[in-house]
Amino acid sequence: MSDFLQVTVQGIAAGSKYALVALGFVVIFKATGVINFAQGGFVLFGAYLAYNVGTTWGLPFVFAVVLAMVGGAIIGATVERVALRPMIGQPPFAAIMITIGVLFVLEQIVTSIWGFDTLNLGDPWGNDRIAAGDVTIAVRNLWSVGLAGAALLAFFLFFRYSNTGVAMRATALDPEAALAQGISPGRVYTLAWAVSGAVAALAGVTLASGSGQLSPGIGYVALAAFPAIILGGLDSPAGAVLGGLLIGVSQALTARYLADWSWLGTNFHTVMPYVLMVLILLVRPYGLFGTREVQRV
Amino acid sequence: MTKARTMVTKYEDDLRLFRRSRWYQVGILLLLVAYLLVPTVASEFQIDVLNRVGYFAIGAIGLNLLTGYTGQVSLGHAFFVGVGAYVAAYFGTQHGWPLLAWLPMAALLGGLIGAFIGPFALRLRGQYLAIITLGLLFVGEHVFDNWESVTGGGAGTQVAAPLKIGPLDFGNLKLGSTVYSRNQGLFFLIWAVVAIVLLLARNLVRTRPGRALQAVRDRDLAAEIIGVSQARYKISAFAVSSMLAAMAGGFYAVIQQYVSPTEFGGQVGLFLSIQFIAIIIVGGVGTLFGSVLGAFVVGALPRVIENLSTNVDLPFVSGDKGGDPGFLTVFSLNQMLFGLLIVAFLLFEPRGLAAVWFRIKAYFKSWPFSY
Repeated sequence: MSDFLQVTVQGIAAGSKYALVALGFVVIFKATGVINFAQGGFVLFGAYLAYNVGTTWGLPFVFAVVLAMVGGAIIGATVERVALRPMIGQPPFAAIMITIGVLFVLEQIVTSIWGFDTLNLGDPWGNDRIAAGDVTIAVRNLWSVGLAGAALLAFFLFFRYSNTGVAMRATALDPEAALAQGISPGRVYTLAWAVSGAVAALAGVTLASGSGQLSPGIGYVALAAFPAIILGGLDSPAGAVLGGLLIGVSQALTARYLADWSWLGTNFHTVMPYVLMVLILLVRPYGLFGTREVQRV
Repeated sequence: MTKARTMVTKYEDDLRLFRRSRWYQVGILLLLVAYLLVPTVASEFQIDVLNRVGYFAIGAIGLNLLTGYTGQVSLGHAFFVGVGAYVAAYFGTQHGWPLLAWLPMAALLGGLIGAFIGPFALRLRGQYLAIITLGLLFVGEHVFDNWESVTGGGAGTQVAAPLKIGPLDFGNLKLGSTVYSRNQGLFFLIWAVVAIVLLLARNLVRTRPGRALQAVRDRDLAAEIIGVSQARYKISAFAVSSMLAAMAGGFYAVIQQYVSPTEFGGQVGLFLSIQFIAIIIVGGVGTLFGSVLGAFVVGALPRVIENLSTNVDLPFVSGDKGGDPGFLTVFSLNQMLFGLLIVAFLLFEPRGLAAVWFRIKAYFKSWPFSY
């Protein structure tokens, strides 16, 4: 039992990191209807920015995180303004491909500046662990869970109570009606990308925390977050978090308990998220919490 | 009044596979001459690049049928390329099937798997479809990795599939007293297949199924109402595109003479899929010959830059001939150019090189009254 708990806790920790990445996807999809494949690039960029501020410049870690989020927001807004704005009104396929193009450019910028080596993010958590009963938890994982929770809460409050948040929801629902109410859709789109860039930087920091965890490979974790957003439904922040946790836990449990099932092959847990995604989509084609698409001719 | 030879007055004229215009016939003749002449004058390196361009073209024609004509975005194209490559490895190499057996087998198996997955994938539309086909890449890599008796497992496997049709052995081609190298033989084989595939695809899109596909692309519900079964045509398009991808994969395995699971799955597989999408964007979405034009750009550019970097000192680039430290590696430069290529074409020439060609043609057609 304690073994099960331990594995579940690890899964939740990993899942909360996926959830943070997934939140970034959802913000953009909700506001603009675009799936942002460059999210992995934002995650990467944010993590390396935090490294640069915290370790290279030697500023306190809190500043590093905050500055990374600001940097992420600037990158997000710039990408929207330069590359995505002309795509409004084009088929979603074109917008997806633009974001893929941006991903390639971002990845190469990051590796050109910081190289391919694995680095230490310089976070204060390191490999510290605390024990609660039979279960030991890494402090950085606890922080990941806390940050994901805080981000979700912030999203909820922002979309529910702030004027800007309501404006964003209005634009997502119907850009023209929002325009008639004096909301500038362009500004909303830029803001959505900026917020997503900031969340991605936060996700990058949680992914890269711990010793020797910062490498260009973390950008690919964003690919594992795809099943999470699909599970939850592309336009639901709560769904994204739940999907992330579900993916994380199922992955951890598969790695622990299905390792002996040799017919599944080795490392089955790496594809578990995708198998889960396919299974859920067969039952609910728009995810657990996604809005059903209504078709009119 | 005599009418111009090229004037279209009848429906049959509009449907012709080969146009009547003199220029068109000259063009075909020039292509034929190029087909026979290029392998004898080009260097081994250039022929190898062209062979890869040919393999890209076959796969891209398939993807264009699915994405350009039917409007379904798939990121799983690399998986089907992998299926074809492993058919070449398993049936062609391990079991020694002849070319005329393993190549159709690749197409058949690719098509069957496509037809089997299609109904599941096509329950979803647009962006959801793109992501679920992304899942296919990861699951595919897992299968290629673990089904060792067929795929040789993670270490990969050698490919030495026979390339013989009757007396012609393209792997070791002899015509009269002339002996051709393996690359030259492959060039003749691959580009002949490109021509055949292009012809078949053109035949497909000019007839009822082709128009049905385009109706589904433009508005699937409306198509359904006028009597085009969208499920049937989406699944057929998926199957045909997988079929061509698998054929391309067979040729890839033969060019490479070695295949391993990571090439078709996970991140590298995603890159391969994106390369195919980039080809149809650069070439022209929804134009078949655009797929070939795009394959020239996307397939040849990285190799040309690699080759260039060993001879010329490129600014800001490390590892090239000059050897000065730069902040970009050749690999980074290639990836970045690739990303920028996609973005630039979508922003400035969304209909691709094919549109450029049409503009040039229209300019000269209406000359001297062009504007």
